[in-house]
Amino acid sequence: MSDPTLSAQPGLHPYGPAIDASPVVVFRNVSIAFDGPPVLHDVSFSVAPGETRILLGPAGVGKSVLLKLANGLLRPDAGSILLFGEEISHMPEEQLFPLRTRTGMVFQEGALFDSLTVRDNVAYQLIQEQVPDNEIDRRVRDALRFVELEETFDLYPASLSGGMRRRVAIARALIRQPEFLLYDSPTGGLDPLTSATIIELIAKERDVYHTPSIMVTHRIQDAFLLCNNRFDPQQGGMVPFPKGETDPNTTFLMLEEGRLIFDGSLHELIRSENPFVREFLE
Amino acid sequence: MAIDAIEKTAKNLILTVQDYALFAWRAFTNLYRPPIYWPEFLIQADIIGFGSLSIVILTGLSTGGVLALQSSATLAAFGATAITGQFVSLTMIRELGPILTGVMVSGRNASSMASELGSMVVTEQIDAMRALGVDPVRKLVTPRIAATICMLFFLTIVSDACGIAGGGLVTVFMNHQNGTQYLDMTWEHLHYPDIIQGLVKPLFFGYILSSIGCFYGMRTTGGTQGVGRSTIQAVVWSSVFIIFVDFLLTQVLLTLMPPL
Repeated sequence: MSDPTLSAQPGLHPYGPAIDASPVVVFRNVSIAFDGPPVLHDVSFSVAPGETRILLGPAGVGKSVLLKLANGLLRPDAGSILLFGEEISHMPEEQLFPLRTRTGMVFQEGALFDSLTVRDNVAYQLIQEQVPDNEIDRRVRDALRFVELEETFDLYPASLSGGMRRRVAIARALIRQPEFLLYDSPTGGLDPLTSATIIELIAKERDVYHTPSIMVTHRIQDAFLLCNNRFDPQQGGMVPFPKGETDPNTTFLMLEEGRLIFDGSLHELIRSENPFVREFLE
Repeated sequence: MAIDAIEKTAKNLILTVQDYALFAWRAFTNLYRPPIYWPEFLIQADIIGFGSLSIVILTGLSTGGVLALQSSATLAAFGATAITGQFVSLTMIRELGPILTGVMVSGRNASSMASELGSMVVTEQIDAMRALGVDPVRKLVTPRIAATICMLFFLTIVSDACGIAGGGLVTVFMNHQNGTQYLDMTWEHLHYPDIIQGLVKPLFFGYILSSIGCFYGMRTTGGTQGVGRSTIQAVVWSSVFIIFVDFLLTQVLLTLMPPL
């Protein structure tokens, strides 16, 4: 991914936010239910170009559902969702596929295809587009280098650890340089050290390529780590912002029982008087 | 409470039928629209066709043998043992070949499709495929349906041939009848309507067993337990549906092409 030729893909914006300043995704009064009470109720927010939204909330409040709504994997019962300016709430599945190729999604457990090698998993979209094999190999190696897993090229997902699988999933999501990224609990179930590695990769994508994203997590420490640090390409790792500063493009959303109860910056989150926010932070 | 339960079950049943009809229609129309995933089709044809060959040969051989054994006693009472060949070949080609092959392949492959796709659903691989901009129905379901229809057709021919061979072996070596006479009788009384009837059925059965297997796989919920449930439902419903459709098809085909 560090290869500049890779970044010269048409329609991409690897070194800064998109010129078009309209939001990448907009939720307007979105509600959804599955055979019971609403999972999400009247949720409205947007993601601006270059913005990273961290979606917080305990397990079972509808965070993953919200993420799947954002790229049309689920459809809302009410409200509207705009992805790249197009209304997707009632868009036929066939028309959604080309839109989804402009997004990248990292699933909770990686969701790697277990019958394919790491190379074929990462190259899945490129293989469908019938990109020549040598071009695929080069881009897969670049993507794996980005997540520091080049040596796994020929391995099958079953032989990888949980953390490695998430990193391969990140490589798969990034291979086509998406315009919008969705991370579904990328650190869930991982040890603190591996979690920090994953957060560093997300910070790297945020600070090097400025790709707008939504990251779902219930781990407040991961959210703070992402917000309080920036990726330094010279040092090849994360460095903390000076005291009192945070990443201005990283903001927070919080869900409580399907309702969006907070939308703001880290400072606003810390100062929030909402009892649920206070309880969650403490 | 009882009425509520009945209402819920009825609604679920109607919804399932509706979902299946939509799914089956979408998979069917995909058969004629590009892109067609030929590598997936060939892989599935190998798994379904060559993978099922041994069970189809064994089933055909023993069914033909049993038919010859059972019929010979009855036919002997009328002094008509000479028509054993005719009896075996007509029964195998018109009825037992297609239906036994359909049910056997359903037991092997509808279950495998449901469990494979079900596992992909519960591990979010299907969602990942959709998120990567690939239609899982087109990529996973349509090649399986096309391969099953194609291979069940040929497997039924193999089953028919094995059935006739099995009947011949029993006739010659156990019933001690004339082998040439058996073969003459299998051939002489076989007409095109019989063959057409026997070869139309596997096209329907292949579509039924693969679409039901994939349908239950793709709507799996509830983790690994759900995969088990989907597998059972796929095998049960595809077998039942094959037998039911066989009855309807036989009725229609007999009306269109009465036996000569």
